Amino acid sequence: MKARAKDNKEQALLRVRDLCKIYGKSCEQCVTLTGPDMGGNMCPKCGSIVACAEISFDINCGEIVGVVGESGSGKSTLIRLLHFDQSPFSGRAYLNSYENARTDLLNLSDQKKRWIRNHQFGIVYQNPYHGLRMNFSCGGNIAEKLIAADWYNYGNIRGRATELLLQTELPLSRIDDLPKYFSGGMQQRVQIAKALANNPPILLLDEVTTGLDVSVQAQILNLIRHIQRSLKISMLLVSHDFAVIRMLAQRTIVMKNGRIVESGLTDQIMEDPQHPYTQLLINSML
Amino acid sequence: MSEYEYSYAFLDEQTKKEIRRKLLKAVAIPGYQVPFGSREMPIARGWGTGGLQITLSVIGPDDILKIIDQGCDESVNACNLRTFIEDVTGNAMTYDTLEADIIQTRHRIPEEKMKDGQILVLQVPYPEILRWVEPSERETRRMHAERDYNKLWVFLYEDIVRWGEITISYRYPVMVNGRYAMDPSPIPRFDVPKLHQAETLFLFGAGREKRIYAIPPYTDVLPLQFEDYGFKVEDFSGKSCRNCGSTNSYLDETFDSKSGKRYFMCSDTNYCTKRSSTITETKILPQEMSI
Repeated sequence: MKARAKDNKEQALLRVRDLCKIYGKSCEQCVTLTGPDMGGNMCPKCGSIVACAEISFDINCGEIVGVVGESGSGKSTLIRLLHFDQSPFSGRAYLNSYENARTDLLNLSDQKKRWIRNHQFGIVYQNPYHGLRMNFSCGGNIAEKLIAADWYNYGNIRGRATELLLQTELPLSRIDDLPKYFSGGMQQRVQIAKALANNPPILLLDEVTTGLDVSVQAQILNLIRHIQRSLKISMLLVSHDFAVIRMLAQRTIVMKNGRIVESGLTDQIMEDPQHPYTQLLINSML
Repeated sequence: MSEYEYSYAFLDEQTKKEIRRKLLKAVAIPGYQVPFGSREMPIARGWGTGGLQITLSVIGPDDILKIIDQGCDESVNACNLRTFIEDVTGNAMTYDTLEADIIQTRHRIPEEKMKDGQILVLQVPYPEILRWVEPSERETRRMHAERDYNKLWVFLYEDIVRWGEITISYRYPVMVNGRYAMDPSPIPRFDVPKLHQAETLFLFGAGREKRIYAIPPYTDVLPLQFEDYGFKVEDFSGKSCRNCGSTNSYLDETFDSKSGKRYFMCSDTNYCTKRSSTITETKILPQEMSI
């Protein structure tokens, strides 16, 4: 049992340590004067916003880790930092599939970051307008990700795009249509297809079902679960909705005011929440 | 020169120095667009001021100059530029591709193979090949810096989706030295292979957009293409030049205004004239011999 736990630790696909993002000029006391215990994320001294701080966690192979918290708790910042959309104030991240986790991803050059983003990550944003180019066709959007991962054969790109549309249950007849004419649920599927295009070991999902109606939400969640089971992709799933987290995530991180207040197995957190904020979250579930 | 005193080749020496420095940088980084302080010229921006400034900066008193517009030595644009440069330099001018030291051109590369030591100056209306896919200058600079050309490739992909082939007929995107995506100026696809591993120095000037770039001799210049949808030049099979009978030059389609009949002609007039004169000679010779 012990040996297995050790194995797991070594196999952690993504390790994040002490991630911190501060908006504003920042002072030495920013981190100590903010957080859930201080009741806010604005530093009283210099007025900077500590979007997240002291964030450390692991994601194992084939695991879905949920991140839950109210809006403004730093969930989306976390995902944007990991996808290099923004640069952190401090912190490190190691990816097992990149140089055997020996190199800190957050310290790399922009070119290398882009290589990792194109070859190792897939991301699905809440708003499809962030993740898709609305004036490229649906197939073109998938092609962009494939070309970024060095696919230069039109036939192969076309074949892979078709495969992905089938996988995400999109009608093949829409492959050459512009996603701006698609429904919200379909746009989300195109985003997922694009994110999966180059078989990334890790998928970042930022509020993927928010803003969709309930039946479409259920379809998308089913799709994500299906993909996770069949492809064994690790996922970081950010949501403000505990129901979504409960359905998909094995482990959960609860965030408030930019800090992790509680983390553990999802079932455990649901059944026996320790932190008062988690208790409040669970009690306020419909 | 007229009553006004200009320095040799119109531009003042400081301007020439700046443009030469920018040219050196452009040659050192093949395909990279070097910004330069484009001067006000006595022709409108967008009418060849970029090419003109380069020509006037590199020209020396002994250089023989040729100027063409879409392959033609005698079109209005070429004639006006030639008269102007002749006025401000007093240099010798020629129509002969092989005789010229510097050729300034708009939208064509001459048919005859240019040699080591010759310079081809191309006029460029839009130097940024990524402008099709990205309107922001800051973003295109980032894309060049990171060699991020995915959007351009998707543009080609979408073209194949829509039309079954890549339909870009001129300004075909090329990769220079495996590093920079570059706009070869509006030359037809037919001329793109001439840029690859050429003996000649190619200088590109965009006066309105204030950019200079270059391809030094013996540089790899390869068109963007998918493995299964290759780059193709224009197909003129079954067609030939009405004047010289050429079947392997770039042909312009035109028609006889009286009979309405369509026919083809070489776009490179100097090449066509040279061929026509040799053909006439060879035509006459056998007749004389038979008599």
